[in-house]
Amino acid sequence: MSERIELHEPFSDAAQQHEAGMLGMYVFLGTEMMLFGGVFAVIFVTRALHPAEFVAASQKLHVFIGALNTGVLLTSSFAVALAVAFARAARARLAAGLLVAAAGLGLVFLGLKAFEYTLEIHEGLLPLFSRPANFSGPVEHLFMNLYLVATSLHAIHMTIGVVLLTGLAWRIARGGVPLPGRVALVENSGLYWHFVDVIWVFLYPALYLAR
Amino acid sequence: MTMDNALERRPNPDDLNDRGLSETQDERVSYLRAGHTLRSWLLTTDHKRIAILYLISVTLFFFIGGAAAALVRADLLTPQADLLTNEGYNRAFTLHGVIMVWFFLIPSIPNTFGNFLIPLMIGARDLAFPRLNLLSWYIYMLGGLFTVFVLIAGGVDTGWTFYTPLSSMFSNGHVVMVAVAVFVVGFSSILTGLNFIVTVHKLRAPGMSWGRLRLFVWAHYATSLILVLATPVLSVTLALVAAERLFGLGIFDPKLGGDPLLFQHLFWFYSHPAVYIMVLPALGVVSELVAASARKPVFGYRFIAGSSIAIAIIGFLVWGHHMFVAGQSMYASAVFSFLSLAVAVPSGIKVYNWTATLYKGHIELDPPFFFAASFIGLFVVGGLTGLVLAMLAVDVHLHDTYFVVAHFHYIMVGGTVSAYFGALHFWWPKMSGRIYPRIWGRLAAIFIFLGFNLTFFPQFILGYLGMPRRYHVYDPSFQVLHVLSSAGASILGVAYLMPFTYLFWSMRYGAPAGPNPWDVRGLEWTVPSPPPKHNFEEIPVVTGPPYDYPLEREGDQGEAGDAAEGNAAEGNAGSRA
Repeated sequence: MSERIELHEPFSDAAQQHEAGMLGMYVFLGTEMMLFGGVFAVIFVTRALHPAEFVAASQKLHVFIGALNTGVLLTSSFAVALAVAFARAARARLAAGLLVAAAGLGLVFLGLKAFEYTLEIHEGLLPLFSRPANFSGPVEHLFMNLYLVATSLHAIHMTIGVVLLTGLAWRIARGGVPLPGRVALVENSGLYWHFVDVIWVFLYPALYLAR
Repeated sequence: MTMDNALERRPNPDDLNDRGLSETQDERVSYLRAGHTLRSWLLTTDHKRIAILYLISVTLFFFIGGAAAALVRADLLTPQADLLTNEGYNRAFTLHGVIMVWFFLIPSIPNTFGNFLIPLMIGARDLAFPRLNLLSWYIYMLGGLFTVFVLIAGGVDTGWTFYTPLSSMFSNGHVVMVAVAVFVVGFSSILTGLNFIVTVHKLRAPGMSWGRLRLFVWAHYATSLILVLATPVLSVTLALVAAERLFGLGIFDPKLGGDPLLFQHLFWFYSHPAVYIMVLPALGVVSELVAASARKPVFGYRFIAGSSIAIAIIGFLVWGHHMFVAGQSMYASAVFSFLSLAVAVPSGIKVYNWTATLYKGHIELDPPFFFAASFIGLFVVGGLTGLVLAMLAVDVHLHDTYFVVAHFHYIMVGGTVSAYFGALHFWWPKMSGRIYPRIWGRLAAIFIFLGFNLTFFPQFILGYLGMPRRYHVYDPSFQVLHVLSSAGASILGVAYLMPFTYLFWSMRYGAPAGPNPWDVRGLEWTVPSPPPKHNFEEIPVVTGPPYDYPLEREGDQGEAGDAAEGNAAEGNAGSRA
């Protein structure tokens, strides 16, 4: 592989720079995991404290929209995985196209999520937004609070991911990212996307499938 | 440039005995002179300059936090509430805690000395992500700005622990604002930890195997693991408290089915490991100071290195010892009590190995040795009283008393702050290129030690007698001990100011240090003082173990101890690794 790689200050060769970038991303995702870990801990403690009410509250969520969104997100991760493979093979246009497709699926996810929130507002189930709110009891209120915190924190990460992938695709399409020299950029963005996907894979059963 | 002309006219820049204004050749090409504009400092990506930025800002917050402590101690001179109102007293000790924990103790050693020294010690030109490093300083300053804003706006009264439901429902202060400040500064910690981990993994010089890393680097590696794994939990917890306060989230509110104790679990899941974030770098510093004072290979290198990692791991499993009397399950408490006792083992390993390293060493009574010795003594007292508090039955009596206050100040102030000043005195010639008067360094160390003990030892007795913490109106029978403590605090305050006078003095009038003023081993002592912008002209190749001081064998000079023999084996093992 002979490619133009910009070496930054502390690094002495390309492999070292690449590995450092990857390791940095993995460590960062470790911190993200601990961040969501706090939310998961709260969800599980609440379930342990109030098992019956928790299950009852979970049954009010729109499980089909959640399931559909899980499918959408997994498909987008597939597109990102393909994009990384094509980026390694220096197929820049294909890689950029797949990244756009993944970002598009991310937007579909966010759209479905917004639709779900709207339904919940009409049902009086979404805290802060539903007036009047219509909770059967305090635990249901607490459950919906947790649902809102967890899914909106996830949606913020999704939004960052969509911006990241779109920007990257745009740069690749313009030729601003020489491939496969700068493939680390695609790999690291891909890692972030997969991570956000995996968080949803855990959030979905913890909230929707607790019925 | 007129500046350069002025330098040309000076008599002889190579004359190492020339004090005063002249500038050595090394200094001309050092990182300190690589750009003189404010912009060249504020936009630098040089780890050494960022370390200096941190040194200045961390020291600033140390004095703001110290001022709050002075208010607290002054108010406690009398049993009545004469200086501060109840509300004012609560706000003073809260700000003291918040500023000292997040704006001094956590960033103090890692972000100044870690930043400055890790690349030099492993033979790298910079940290792995230099721009991220600068970003972390800006994030730190942003968090600091929020804190200063809270300070001016009237403060917060929850204590640094933000316990619910006080913080979420009842407190009148700026809880959300402080939570934001701590949330923001957390990202600075995360970025620094991430940078250190990647740097140690990927930027070690050829031949610098894990077994040849300095103990300072090992300690910072362990610290970084905690920084990246624990800090995000605090971030999300504080976000939940802020949301609870703003929107009535209910997670910590029993009326909504929440659990106030859950907050304590989440908070201490971060904050107990955070205690090790504060002390592990100090342990690393002391390992260096001890080896340098003894001028002997470190006894039990692998055990000291491993004990840092062990402390980091076990430190994650002891958070429940803060909740022995908070209604936690007794079985959980018993396990947490056992694990808390277990942390003492790696800590003890360090102390024993330092002692063995010093045994029959060629100790010179330099200031760094004074700080290291006082650290060891105070750390032992702080650590052993920690064992007392880890006992379930004894903790019922001592919980929330001054005994606890004295215990953690022995570790945090007697330990970490002593190590911070020890590091400052040891590496100052490297950072500034100048020697300070050693006699003043010794005096500062002695005054800090005496002032510290006078401040905090009486608090052990106060706590044992039943004086609760966070009270400023107290039984008159406690007054004598409180007056002793406040008197000690005034000595301590003056002693902390001393180094800043002679260290500043040395920048202009001190003699040039030369690359290795203490005559010790280590990669950072092979480069000029102050180091050039890119640290090493050529990346060094490491061929031997760390601390490769000459060994005295039996018969060389009187009796050579078994310790030295043990070290030979240890050193060989290290070089094979």
